[in-house]
Amino acid sequence: MKNRLIVSVSPHLHKDASVSKIMWMVVVSLIPAGVAGMFIFGVGALWVILLGVVSALITEWIVQLFAKRRVSVLDGSAFLTGLLLAYNLPPRVPFWLPIVGSVFAIAIGKQVFGGLGQNIFNPALAGRVFLMASWPKYMTTFTKPQNFDAITSATPLAALKEGKVLEGISNWNLFLGIRGGCIGEVCIFALLLGALFLFVRGYISWHIPVTYTVVVGLFTYIFGPRGLFSGDWLFHILSGGLILGAFFMATDYVTSPLTRCGQIIFGIGCGLLTAIIRLWGGYPEGVSYAILMMNAATPIIDRYTKSRIYGTR
Amino acid sequence: MKKYFYEFLKGIIKENPTFVLVLGLCPTLAVSVSVINGIGMGIAATFVLLGSNVIISLIKNIIPARIRIPCFIVVIATFVTITEMTMKAYSPALNRALGIYVPLIVVNCIVLGRAEAYAQRQTVLKSLFDGLGMGVGFTLALILISGIREALGSGKFLGYTLTPRYEPAFVLGLPSGALLVIGLLLGFFNVLKNRKE
Repeated sequence: MKNRLIVSVSPHLHKDASVSKIMWMVVVSLIPAGVAGMFIFGVGALWVILLGVVSALITEWIVQLFAKRRVSVLDGSAFLTGLLLAYNLPPRVPFWLPIVGSVFAIAIGKQVFGGLGQNIFNPALAGRVFLMASWPKYMTTFTKPQNFDAITSATPLAALKEGKVLEGISNWNLFLGIRGGCIGEVCIFALLLGALFLFVRGYISWHIPVTYTVVVGLFTYIFGPRGLFSGDWLFHILSGGLILGAFFMATDYVTSPLTRCGQIIFGIGCGLLTAIIRLWGGYPEGVSYAILMMNAATPIIDRYTKSRIYGTR
Repeated sequence: MKKYFYEFLKGIIKENPTFVLVLGLCPTLAVSVSVINGIGMGIAATFVLLGSNVIISLIKNIIPARIRIPCFIVVIATFVTITEMTMKAYSPALNRALGIYVPLIVVNCIVLGRAEAYAQRQTVLKSLFDGLGMGVGFTLALILISGIREALGSGKFLGYTLTPRYEPAFVLGLPSGALLVIGLLLGFFNVLKNRKE
């Protein structure tokens, strides 16, 4: 008979959550956004997602085999990295782009540092930034929504950056995702649905996503185009990859601070950097760079927000 | 003769300045965009190393210990000036490509490091072979790094296009690409070393 008596020191609280289970739950919560992306951009988006996920899994397997580590391909973390990377790509990239991105994300972004739990930077974002710096042409060519003939269009944020007048894009369209953009970032409704699921199950807390979003909204409202307090804050929250980044990538357990206080600092930092890049930076969108920069600051934040051990000073 | 040969060889693999001693990374990061720049930098540094090692081991007994570093720098700067003027005269294109990094060989840590750690307490002949070995090791490391960066970052090798269908990854031509390539190569060589032991 299997020994079901677990002998361990206190605390004896037991929760039915493991790393692997949480990873798969995040994957599940991301499904609506992917399905929405497929509806908006056509079946091409599905191929990008599949290529990203499969090459991430294969890379994880090969690297762990060569490094003589325990092979943990099916713990969901590599799947999640591949999925998030694909969600961060435009829907009509050449087939090798998601593959190269996934290989970089897993091999350099994660396994070089020692595997899951050791990486400093969010692997999916590291992969995306590598692709962005290497092949900017493909990474900034977006297709028009629901037009499967690959007519290129700028994202709303890029159009804003070039000083064009935004026409025909209502906030409702932005909310539903009828706009140019990356596969997984466009449909805010589906993303919020997934995020709600994670909140209810307690896998993510409100600290990072809410502070992040609020700070971006506040900052873009204050420093508007027509003087102070004239910005279109709702537009800035609904466009770009803010919701995807704030709810699914900034909340990555490995690369975000441990304490509540630290998480709030992290969220505020991400929000400030994103808004600054969007308003005055060279790129139209700054979510990935903001999160990566705050990832780099996470060890320092953790050091200064260490919780006091009971009974010590 | 054998021991001189050892002094020469150790600079190439066992004590490679870039991958084992991890010295002279600033010029490595800066000039390893293309192979031709890497070779030019390597030859210039080799010449300076050779000259400074020989002269410093010749005058090691008359240098006062307390002001040895300024003395080394004067010797090194002499050879760097010779190199720079020669390069300007005979290969102005390379000089333009390397730019400020030729005069900056003065503060290249490999040159000063070898003077401080080796030439000031060894015989002239040994120092000569040490300088030559270190220079060749540095040049080979530069060729390796710049070869990878040029091939992947612009799809070329020594200026010739390798395959027109390849879409170059711009990031490898940027400074961050240099850090990536050097880091991965360092890791790779450390793995090899650990396997051997």
